[in-house]
Amino acid sequence: MSVLKQAKAVGIAVVLAVLAGCAGQVNESAGPSKIETDAERAAREARQAEFLAKQQKSQEEAKAADRAEIMGEQLRNNAMAADTLFFFGFDKSDLSQDALDDLDAHAKYLASVRAAKVRLEGHADERGTRAYNLALGERRANAVARYLVIQGVNRSQIETVSYGEERPLSLSRDDNGWSRNRRVELIYQ
Amino acid sequence: MRLFIWLAMAFMVAMPARAELVIEITRGVENPIKIAVVPFRVKSSGAFDVDLARLIESNLERSGQFVRVRRDTMLSLPGPEDQIFYRDWRAIDSEYTVVGSVERDAEGLLVRYGLHDVFGERVLFAERIPGAPESLRDIGHYISDRIYEALTGIKGIFSTRLLYVSAERRSEKDQTFKLILSDADGGRPRTIFQSSEPILSPKWSPDGSRVAYMSFRGKRPGIYVQTLASGEVQKVSDFPGLNSAPSFSPDGRKLVLTLSRDGNPEIYVANLRTGEIDRMTNHFAIDTEASWSPDGRSILFTSSRGGKPQLYLMNVADKTVKRVTFDGDYNSNGSFTPDGESIVFVHRTNERFHIARLNLKTRELRILTETDLDESPSVAPNGTMLIYATSDEGKGLLGLVSMDGRVRVRLPSVSESVREPAWSPFFN
Repeated sequence: MSVLKQAKAVGIAVVLAVLAGCAGQVNESAGPSKIETDAERAAREARQAEFLAKQQKSQEEAKAADRAEIMGEQLRNNAMAADTLFFFGFDKSDLSQDALDDLDAHAKYLASVRAAKVRLEGHADERGTRAYNLALGERRANAVARYLVIQGVNRSQIETVSYGEERPLSLSRDDNGWSRNRRVELIYQ
Repeated sequence: MRLFIWLAMAFMVAMPARAELVIEITRGVENPIKIAVVPFRVKSSGAFDVDLARLIESNLERSGQFVRVRRDTMLSLPGPEDQIFYRDWRAIDSEYTVVGSVERDAEGLLVRYGLHDVFGERVLFAERIPGAPESLRDIGHYISDRIYEALTGIKGIFSTRLLYVSAERRSEKDQTFKLILSDADGGRPRTIFQSSEPILSPKWSPDGSRVAYMSFRGKRPGIYVQTLASGEVQKVSDFPGLNSAPSFSPDGRKLVLTLSRDGNPEIYVANLRTGEIDRMTNHFAIDTEASWSPDGRSILFTSSRGGKPQLYLMNVADKTVKRVTFDGDYNSNGSFTPDGESIVFVHRTNERFHIARLNLKTRELRILTETDLDESPSVAPNGTMLIYATSDEGKGLLGLVSMDGRVRVRLPSVSESVREPAWSPFFN
């Protein structure tokens, strides 16, 4: 949408307003003296200068909005290309180094589009007790949430939930399967 | 906290579940009592759908303290009015013999039975039990309790109930979870709550009339208390974040539970009548899986405050905390035995998770199970055994083990994967 169209609409409104103002001025001054005084001329020039400045400003704003839109598009694409699965060590909830690049892409997008929202689902592997794993899944989801907030995302854009060990991705009962299950899934809402 | 109540869908309360638990005894005591339960004589027309003698001998055998005398070795099949030839029972090594009959009458059912001491050559006791038409299983459990108590001196647990969760998985996000209530032998299973989202931590109220559990209603987890007789459901909490691991106080008025509403998993106590919530722990580590001591003065919980999950005991009055487990790098989900002397919990040694018991006075630690990924221990109300969850080739199943670890019984489910068992209190 059209930040550009909005800017144009504002520009047109300004033009109309200025014209209306001028017209009013002409009518009021329609009297015995039709000669413009120095003061009147100065005021008129000031108004014109103001009008031109406004017009230029709105054009610049429109360009900036265009640029932002292109940038936004880029941020969005980066976010969509980034990983949405983040893995953890056994009984651990600290983020791995290679999760950070992907999380940065999500964070930049979320920080630029405040209407965008994500759900972070925390999970654990089957080892250990279920209620403890529920708490562990929550800590993992919160670790991701905290990182996003530090990168400028509003906490209100993030919803966290833990499924503990109840929704494994992999059913293989070995280190490989378990490492797949100790994860946070980032889901755009 | 908002407290409000609504009715669970009526059909769920009444819906029978398909799977029954099948019993498989893997190990018993060294000298179990040999008991012959003669098939109960049917004294009216029409068959009964419960074989009382089988029910009773299976119950007794499941305790690990009895072994049945096989039916096909019996030399005669006397009824309760017949004379018992003790020599015939001695000949097949039966120490005790049970004889009985069942009939339909105007009121419903009438069961007669007697317990004979073969070596003492006498009737220990005999009873007439009238009952409603559908009460045959209840009567069978009652008789099992009477015999067990007469011969061991310990109150029987055959009339108690079990709660457990079954899960059917089609894919990661397509699962059906059911909260199931059954007899102590796994019989008469019925679904009391069902959801496509996980159900966890079912716990009994001390009087056995209500159950607390964690479930998702919508996309958010909450703690709910369901009254079994009416199906009425009370929401205790559904704060943002974690709402988990509920457990009733011994007086049934409070629930201890885990919330992360203040940013981190902490233990809280919710008053079920006033809705008041009191924060019990304040630590940046995980605090969860709390349960009360039988005297209500302490709360046992799991905490990772020492770096690894270990069990801690809190004095409820002043909220002071002390660590109770030191052996092993993972000790969690603890609960007290009914006498308050020991705790049972999940203990990891050599990368394997087992159920262990720690005597708080003597500090003796005993590992009770030898399967892997054992969890959710729940002690029977007479303190003789506990039920726990384990797995076999990826399928969850339940096991029983005696408190000395000598008797082990597997309760594999026929179809679904089962977990999170909770043993009821006594109802009588």
